[in-house]
Amino acid sequence: MPPSERQLLLDERAFARTLHRMALDILRQTPDPVPLVLVGIQRRGVELAVRLAALLAKETGAEVPRGALDITLYRDDLEVVGPRPLVGPTHLPVDLDGRVAWIVDDVLFTGRTVRAALDELADFGRPARIGLAVLVDRGGRELPVQADVVGERVPTSPGDKVEVFVKELDGRDAVEVVRGGGRP
Amino acid sequence: MSGALGKDLLGLEHLSGDQIRLILDTAEPFKEVSERAIKKVPALRGKTIVNLFFEASTRTRISFEFAEKRLSADTVNVAASGSSVVKGETLVDTARNLEAMRIDMVVMRHGSSGAAKFLADRIVSSVINAGDGKHEHPTQGLLDLLTIRDHRPIAGTKVCIVGDVLHSRVARSNIWGLLKLGAEVAVCGPASLLPLGIEALGVQVFRRVEEAIAWADVINVLRLQLERMQTGYIPSVREYYRVFGVTMERLERAPRDLLIMHPGPMNRGVEIDSRVADGPHSVILNQVTNGVAVRMAVLYLLAGGKPELAEAAKGASDR
Repeated sequence: MPPSERQLLLDERAFARTLHRMALDILRQTPDPVPLVLVGIQRRGVELAVRLAALLAKETGAEVPRGALDITLYRDDLEVVGPRPLVGPTHLPVDLDGRVAWIVDDVLFTGRTVRAALDELADFGRPARIGLAVLVDRGGRELPVQADVVGERVPTSPGDKVEVFVKELDGRDAVEVVRGGGRP
Repeated sequence: MSGALGKDLLGLEHLSGDQIRLILDTAEPFKEVSERAIKKVPALRGKTIVNLFFEASTRTRISFEFAEKRLSADTVNVAASGSSVVKGETLVDTARNLEAMRIDMVVMRHGSSGAAKFLADRIVSSVINAGDGKHEHPTQGLLDLLTIRDHRPIAGTKVCIVGDVLHSRVARSNIWGLLKLGAEVAVCGPASLLPLGIEALGVQVFRRVEEAIAWADVINVLRLQLERMQTGYIPSVREYYRVFGVTMERLERAPRDLLIMHPGPMNRGVEIDSRVADGPHSVILNQVTNGVAVRMAVLYLLAGGKPELAEAAKGASDR
């Protein structure tokens, strides 16, 4: 196997710029009086939702509620990978009914996580609309799922890895692509 | 073997501290599932589970059933009375017949110690021991551990089990689990109801409940099985309460705040004072709530699929 090659996709400044653009894009796609809620997918989607909520609050002057969703129990591959030992907390602070709920995740790949998140959200309520905002869209979809707001698009092969680092968990903000790091 | 726990959960004696911690950690997020408006996740969709109860049980059976249903499994309850068991069918034949209907797990309560292992060795499905004779009741031990951990770190905590330790599978599972997680464990009760040589496990013995209360951080009060009186283990229920009852007066002299636990069903005024059972230090109903979460965790961890496929699947990202 050739040695894996690591590329920087977003550095700290580009990361901040991208998030800001995503926040504006979310606002543009949310008709004004409808209340928002941001739902981050465990793990790093949760941190990104916190950042986006802060940016949105700055733009609009209003608090934006945000929650966290762990989709482990809604996965379609328990049979294959076995149970994941640690399931993160799920909490949704507000009633979803009538709101525009934005699912926030770090990387969009096969679309299976989003499929699971849609199922799980449906068990919590009936939002007026559900949007999807991702920091990186790496292609490679296995389900008919597309994001409404995309920070950065990068074409990848199945063996590549896209790694997202956030200050809260990793000490720095960055997105890196590891080429050929995984299996083909 | 599948998953981090293997095929079955038969007891805590043969689990490692890490495996026990894994179950407790997995139970944490399941607490939240039971607080949702729709108390159901699809994790065990399509799995079939048989609850096979050869002994009467209300709490444990209902707790397992809630856990199974909240994970979307399909469940069937078989009580020994009213089943082919009364017609003389053996345990293995009963289980093999159930297995021929393509089930995935059996949750079994049985009066004989070792029944769960006997069954697990003979069928392909996972077996969860819901109490076998005087041997173990692992999910009760786990929910007791979870309840203690909700209030304080288990390592270093002093836990005294009071009552009929001799006949108690709850005591055994608690002792194994607590010792593996680094707690200090003691037992207290009439000499006739304590197993001989229990000190060899690393368990302290108190003859007087006052001494136990002075020593402990947690008191786990066992049910006095009233049928024991007829067989001469104790002179009378009243005398038992006078000597070993966990009463308000005794707790008021405790040097620190105690956590009071009881696996249920309680005999108020026999092993425990009503004022203690309903008092501020009682976590007896928290135990019941935690029971569902712990059983969900065990079912979820045992339901794991095919590990030989797991490596291949890890290559594909989760996203």
